[in-house]
Formats: sequence, C-alpha cells, structure tokens
Amino acid sequence: MRKHENSPRFRWHIVVFLAPAVLVYTAVMIYPLFNTLRLSFFAEVDQQRVFVGLQNFHRLFGDAIWSNQFWNALGNNLWFFLIHMLVQNPIGIALAAILSHSRLRFAAFYRSAIFIPTILSFVIVGFAWKLILSPIWGIAPGMLDAVGLNSLYAPWLGKEEYALTTLSLVSVWQFVGIPMMLIYAALLSIPEEILEAAEVEGITGLSAFWKIKLPLILPSIGIISILTFVANFNAFDLIYAAQGALAGPDFSTDILGTFLYRTFFGFQLQLGDPHMGSAIASAMFLIILLGVCLYLFGIQSRMRRYQF
Amino acid sequence: MTKRNPIGALLISTMLAGPAWAEDVTLTIESWRNDDLAIWQDQIIPAFEAAHPGIKLNFTPSAPAEYNAILNSKLEAGSAGDIITCRPFDASLALFEAGHLADISALDGMSNFSAVAKSGWSTDDASIQYCVPMASVIHGFIYNKDIFAELGLEEPTTEAEFFAALDAIKDDGSYIPMAMGTNDQWEAATMGYNNIGPNYWKGEDGRLALLAGDQKLTDEAWVAPFRQLAKWGDYLGDGYEAQTYPDSQNIFTLGRAAIYPTGSWEISGFNGLADFEMGAFYPPVQAAGDTCYISDHTDIGIGMNAATDNPEAAKTLLNWVGSPEFATIFANALPGFFPLSSAPVTLDDPLAQEFISWRGECESTIRSTYQVLSRGTPNLENETWNASVAVIKGDESPEDAGQRLQKGLASWYEPQQ
Repeated sequence: MRKHENSPRFRWHIVVFLAPAVLVYTAVMIYPLFNTLRLSFFAEVDQQRVFVGLQNFHRLFGDAIWSNQFWNALGNNLWFFLIHMLVQNPIGIALAAILSHSRLRFAAFYRSAIFIPTILSFVIVGFAWKLILSPIWGIAPGMLDAVGLNSLYAPWLGKEEYALTTLSLVSVWQFVGIPMMLIYAALLSIPEEILEAAEVEGITGLSAFWKIKLPLILPSIGIISILTFVANFNAFDLIYAAQGALAGPDFSTDILGTFLYRTFFGFQLQLGDPHMGSAIASAMFLIILLGVCLYLFGIQSRMRRYQF
Repeated sequence: MTKRNPIGALLISTMLAGPAWAEDVTLTIESWRNDDLAIWQDQIIPAFEAAHPGIKLNFTPSAPAEYNAILNSKLEAGSAGDIITCRPFDASLALFEAGHLADISALDGMSNFSAVAKSGWSTDDASIQYCVPMASVIHGFIYNKDIFAELGLEEPTTEAEFFAALDAIKDDGSYIPMAMGTNDQWEAATMGYNNIGPNYWKGEDGRLALLAGDQKLTDEAWVAPFRQLAKWGDYLGDGYEAQTYPDSQNIFTLGRAAIYPTGSWEISGFNGLADFEMGAFYPPVQAAGDTCYISDHTDIGIGMNAATDNPEAAKTLLNWVGSPEFATIFANALPGFFPLSSAPVTLDDPLAQEFISWRGECESTIRSTYQVLSRGTPNLENETWNASVAVIKGDESPEDAGQRLQKGLASWYEPQQ
C-alpha cells in the first residue's frame, strides 16, 4: 500500500498532450499505410476481392510488361535523385555559406527570394516552367537568341534525352531554398569562439569553410540528403503537372509516383487497379525504408558529433 | 432558443420544407460535363420539365478528370444520383457489371439508334444496353479559310492533294502548315492515327475484323496510317515535340497555322476565339473516288442508377433523351457534339453542319482502340498514343510500331493469339 502511494502518479497530461498528434497521425498516415500494404496482397476477381498472397508482386517483378515499367521508373527516379544530390545540395550549401558571410549586403532579401519558390505550388511551378521553356510562347528561345546561342535551344521537355534532366533542374530551382535554410541555420549555430580560435591559428576565408565549418555542418548535410531522398522517391506532382500521367515523351520522365498514379487510379481507357497500385506503393515504401535504414545505421550512427 | 441552436433550426426547416417538395420527383443527374451546366439549366431542363410536370431535374456535374473516381465512390456508398452520364465502353461496362447501371434494353427510345451508336454502351455480345447514346464527336481537319484563299488552295480530298497543300503552305513560309504537338501524346493518336486510319482499314469492316482476330495491327491497313503520320512531322511547327494541346489550339485560333487536325468538339470553343472563317474537310482518301470513312466516335451516354428510388421517372427522362426533340436542343446548344439518334436534326452552326454532313457522304466508324481492345495490360489506346508520337518524331518506323502494338495486344487478347 505504502509503496503504491509513493510511486509517482500516472502523468495523464502526457497522454492528453500526445493524443491529438497520435490520433491525427494514425488516421491520416499509419492506418492508410498499413491498409495499402494489406491491399497489395489482394486482387479483384469477378467483382470480389480475394487474397492472392504475393501474386501482385510476382506480376510486378516477373511480368515484363510490368517490370520494364517499374525498372524504368526506378531508374528515372534514381537519376532524379542524383541530380538533386549533385546540383541542389551543393548549390544550397554554397548559397548558405555566402549568405552567412557577415559582410554580404541585402542577405535577408536574397534569402527570401531564393526561398520563395519552395512555397509555390507544384502546379504553378510546372506550368510556369512549361511556358518559359515553350518553343512557341516561351522566353527561353528568345533569351538564347539574344546572346547568340540560339543553336543551343531545343524543345527540352519534348525530347526524350533531355526531359527528365530538365524537370529535375526545375525541381532543383524550386527546392534549393530548403538545404540553403537548413545549412544556414547550422552555420549560424557554430560558435564564434571556434572561428576566432581558427583565425588566430591562421585559418581564414575558404580554408576556414573547408576545415572548420564543413565538418561541423556534416550532420545537417546528412539530414538534407535523407530528406532529399525521401522527397524524391515520393515525388509525383511536378512530373504530373508538367508532363501528365503518361510522363512523356515515351515514359522518359516516368518516376515511381507517376507509375503508381497511373496504375492505381487508371488513365484514359486504362481502368484503375487499386491492388496492383498498392503493390507498387508498397515497393516504393520498401525502397524508401531501405534507403532511410542504410542512412540511419550506416552513416548517422558513425557520424561524429561535436559538443560545444 | 433558435438563436442558441442555429443548426437545429436549419434541420427543422429542411424537414418542414421536405414534404412540400415530396409531390414532385427530383432526379439528380451525375455528369462530368461541367462545361454544359448552363445549357442544361437554361435549355434542356426547362424543356423537359415543361413536357413532364411532376419530375424535376437536378444537374450536378463534377470535374472531368475526377468524374470516374467520384462516381465510383458515390455508387459504392449509395449516394449517387438517379441518372448517370456514361463514359463510353469499359468504364461504364464495369459499372454495369458491378450492378450499378440498370438494364434499359427495353426502352422505347432505343429504337432510334443504330448498332454503331449503341456499341459504346452495350455488353460485348450487344444483347444488353445500359445507357442511351447521347452524343458523338466527328474527326476531321479544320482549316483557316483566309489562309487557304490567300495561298490559292482548295480543300484537299485525296492524300496527294493534302500533301500538296501542306507543301504549298510550307514553301510559302508565312504559316505553320499544321498545328499539332506531341507533348500531350493523345492528339497524335486521336487526331492523327484514329482520324486518318478509318480510310485505310475501311471503317467498321477493319475494326470488327481486328476485334475478331481476322486482321492484325501489322497488316498493311493498320500500318499505312502510321506511314502517313511519319510524314506529318515535317509540317508541324518548330519544337512541336514540346507543343501541348492548348498550344496547338492557340496557334490555330491566332491564325498562325493553316490546318488543324481535330474533332468536332472544338467547334463551340473555336467559334468564340477565331476571328477568321473556318472550314472543315474529312480525312483525305487514298485515290479520288474512294469511299471515305470518318471516325464518328460515341462519346457521351446516359443511364440509370440501378439503385434509384424513382425508376419510372428515370425511364421517362431516358426515353426523352432518345427523342428527336432532345437531339435538336442538344445539338444546337453544343455544336460539335452530335446526337447519335437516327432522326434527322437541323443544325444552325455552319461548321457543325459541315461535319455532320459527312455522315451522308462517308461511312461512320468509331475509334479502333476503344471497344474491348483497351481492356488488358498493356492498354492498346495508351500504347497507340505512344507509338503515334514515336512515329511522328521518327523515333520508330511505322512497321516497328505496328509490330510492337500487335505484340502487346496479342499478349492478352485471345482472338489475336
């Protein structure tokens, strides 16, 4: 009895405060996720939903009609991700480094200007860039003409060899503000003392960035990489807004998101197949899970943390 | 009291209002044609209600792209309207097979329609009809009469004349010969392959032979349209690879292009946009004197929700939709959407008249890929989009395109195996 009285009271307020987030998250994220996984084990036969085990996955990876599309989408997705990693993140880090320079004027203006595209809707970005690059109404051909480089112009969005790279760069343009902001915050949190100590040792300017700041912001770069990975493998909107559900030309911009959409909801005369769609969604989930696990256990756990 | 409980007050007022309306039956119509809302409210509904006291209509359209998904979930939940606007072929067949659309084969109004008109909304063996055919669209080419006059060109009737006209426009250099892009893909198949194709595969003859497995997509009749498409690439504007459907519409209505491969659904939109006179010609035939074939594609039907509470009133409406009276109202309100009923209809719009006059001159057929053939994976319609684009761009030879389509179709369609 005494022991019971002495034990700390159950802290109800924790439950109360957690409840809204847990309930909302369960309703809109966790339940649909597991239901999608469940759906992928079913198929519709004669208007009846029947359990078919792994048959949908067998079709997805074993039947050339499906697997070719899947690998094509996965390959395009990897390229999409690679461009973000090679272009978006280095530019974001460079911009943050420049912005955090104390003598830069109008830093706040540049920061906002670069960040604004991030809050624009995909549809606006997709249509705006489609118009800019349009061979008929676009300003891209005119601008290239003005500097005498008209021969470089091509209807990029309509050419198989360029379309995906073009759209990746549009996406980079839109989202470069995110790594910039995160790195900017990380750079600001580096204590002045460390930089001053380095200065005393004669490390200034660029070498201060490479030797002092960059190692200190590596954890942030890791976070950005994994955010980019998850966002890219979930991407859909930009491709859909710019190229439609068929992700033309000739599926050269088809990524997992558009492949999933076409399969799940159907397109034109193709009727939707929620079960095959769920199988693709589950495959996407597993790919992302695998990537995140590799990062968490392979990189994050080995990363050195500096305590100030 | 009322002030404290406004929702309760609202509920009570609806309950009070309910019985007052109960004498009339209200039919709710589901549709994707939100463009037609004004026409239904101002013309069709008043005409129907005047002739049928006691039945009220409520037209509730949703966005075209979302219609199928919204309708399916409403039907599953039992909250769909009494009357359902039917997409042609498999989308509606699936609804019928799931028990959502009622069998209306016995309806009197059905006698006004030909077999081709009904094919969009009947079971594969044509024994059961589940929607009344409402409208079709006719394919062809619209051209800019001013440009043709300026360059001294005539409406082409044969393929040779067609390409001679295109060459003349190209040589002149002031105008883009033909407004079409391949970015959105469907134009290449719908306004390209399925527009000019019926002349080669002889309309219904070829289409039914393909369905029966007697012809193959590698046969000359099905490859030849691709051969013509391969020549189109030279006459499209610069950067046509990235040109979208709205781009093409604008290029043509701004007077920058001479010929626009299209369908009659553009008429009402173009009438308001183009400030030049437009003419139309049907797909040119191979040799002078050949029978011409046009794609007169079934596009909109209307059926009855099997779970409706007012089946009698719904049948009355469907019968009326099959009548010449409805056909006249609908055709004139929406020039370019032609009624499918066999009853003669007078049209006021000259361009629409031109299109519909081809029904007398040529043999009608529907798009080859729509019935049954796009049921499996890979989907023949979507594959045809892709192949038509590849052929126009020169990425794939017409023969390879035919072979690829045939291989895809044969992989699931038994009569072709």
